[in-house]
Amino acid sequence: MHVRHLSVVDFRSYPTAELALGPGVTTLVGLNGQGKTNLVEAIGYLATLSSHRVASDQPLVRFGTSSAVIRGTIDRAGREVLVELELNPGRANRAKVNRSSVSRPRDVLGSLRTVLFAPEDLSLVKGEPAGRRAFLDDLLVQRQPRWAGVRSDYDKILKQRNALLKSAAPVLRKGSRRPRSLAPGEAPDEAKASALQTLGVWDSHISEVGSQLLYARLRLLRDLRPHLTASYDAVSASVSGATAHYRASLAEAPTARIAAGDVPEQAELRELLLAAFAEVRDQEIERGVSLVGPHRDDVVLTLGELPAKGYASHGESWSFALGLKLAAYQLLRNDLGEDPVLILDDVFAELDSGRRERLAELVADCEQVLITAAVGADVPEALRTTGRTYAVSLGEVRDVA
Amino acid sequence: MPPGRPGRAAYPVVSEVGHRLARVYEGVVQDLIDELGRLPNVGPKSAQRIAFHILQADPADVTRLAEVLLEVKDKARFCDRCGNVSQDSLCRICADPRRDQTSICVVEEAKDVVAVERTREFRGLYHVLGGAISPMDGVGPEDLRIAELMSRLSDGTVTEIIIATDPNIQGEATATYLSRFLKHMGIVITRPASGLPVGGDLEYADEVTLGRAFEGRRAVND
Repeated sequence: MHVRHLSVVDFRSYPTAELALGPGVTTLVGLNGQGKTNLVEAIGYLATLSSHRVASDQPLVRFGTSSAVIRGTIDRAGREVLVELELNPGRANRAKVNRSSVSRPRDVLGSLRTVLFAPEDLSLVKGEPAGRRAFLDDLLVQRQPRWAGVRSDYDKILKQRNALLKSAAPVLRKGSRRPRSLAPGEAPDEAKASALQTLGVWDSHISEVGSQLLYARLRLLRDLRPHLTASYDAVSASVSGATAHYRASLAEAPTARIAAGDVPEQAELRELLLAAFAEVRDQEIERGVSLVGPHRDDVVLTLGELPAKGYASHGESWSFALGLKLAAYQLLRNDLGEDPVLILDDVFAELDSGRRERLAELVADCEQVLITAAVGADVPEALRTTGRTYAVSLGEVRDVA
Repeated sequence: MPPGRPGRAAYPVVSEVGHRLARVYEGVVQDLIDELGRLPNVGPKSAQRIAFHILQADPADVTRLAEVLLEVKDKARFCDRCGNVSQDSLCRICADPRRDQTSICVVEEAKDVVAVERTREFRGLYHVLGGAISPMDGVGPEDLRIAELMSRLSDGTVTEIIIATDPNIQGEATATYLSRFLKHMGIVITRPASGLPVGGDLEYADEVTLGRAFEGRRAVND
């Protein structure tokens, strides 16, 4: 698939902008702060309904206006789909597909699929576990939009469970600290039993939904792993043994099994989660938060025997981040039977010349590649000569070649 | 000066009258706006609109509204047995001997009784919990009318419980809690099926609903 036309209204720095695109490589060149990334950000938003740079929609709307519009014409094997999004921060966003409204913006997911690589992605390697969990979960949603629902259910249950742990902590702590003879009457014990029973209900719900999410992530990582190793090696021209392990927050034995690449069935994962919650019950009551579950997990990236975080050089870290994104691209390409749109936002400047050239070779056969760069010379010549180049300055887009 | 569209009769901009209204706006009218604003789904703008509507309305209409408001608080009450809204100590449904006394449909709110009644499918009794378990809102099982439900079950007349709480996170948690609580009592516990809307198109169903419908699929028996 490829984006044939993009138009935005009151998006970021642009009052309006029109951009004709086509298959092959398109490079947007312009100095920093001129609005190159804003355009590819809009395309990323059409595909994922979120920005790769900010968590809320507010900064996406041009200062002083109340809503923004992103309109993209997508060509899927000759069939055209027009997706329109209206961003209304503070109110519900609206969406249209082929000029007819859809009931929820989420329904446009799947019309366009993109893989976006940006300097921020270095945090996949060097940053906190949350970024790596989000990478897996976002990819899950791109592959099958229904995971968006499971993910948000999990977050809601988690919030409820944490609220319960916090509010019931004084009651729950009682019996365990004081000998029973000191408590006058039955009331505290009854209250404790009731609180434990309620906690048991949330345990079973969080384990059910948590095991669905965990199972999906493990299968995804299993599918992703061979592509990751291959992409890393292709970018770095080495045989590195770069791979990724899932670090679950279950008991020691199953955690080790999962790290070794085993994918238990969902029913088993549910039991393992339930057992893990039982194991940390006292600590959870003490601290008032949920201490196990998919929200505490991590993906450990390793080069040979060593973890990439802390041990990998700067160049190796870039290869890893790029390897993860290219692996996601391959996976989506295999799923769909067509190419997602590859977006390389400001990344060539970050790579050494060897990695630049090899990346250029790797992406040469992709249906559509959108590149932004501050300096045209950063982009390998092979890519610049085959495609189209736009110059972006102060929110104006000009066709250069 | 009060905010609002210019040229509206409610507060002429003539200096003396305008000044008087502005003062009133901060007094009793403001009190009215504040009170209306506490109603569900009424924001400050809507409250202001309703307040000015009342100001301009016929005194007889306003008196009638005030009377009904007082009357509803005075006369309407909650059924002693099921917790539904009622005029007497027992609601119309609990007082009806023709209703099936062996099954109880448990719902979150009195509004849900009306929803189930509209189907005319269910001929049993109801029990209104008064909400759902939601720790974030500080609602635990002890805040719901669960003890009242237990006492209704103690004489053994009831043989089936239908847990019709909302199919969301809080409603599901409440259903799980209740079913755990009740499972040792030898009562049949059911939950209404989740699935496809009747008269709809399969292609328009969202993934979660369709997924649930597949989970709860039934064999087609001729």
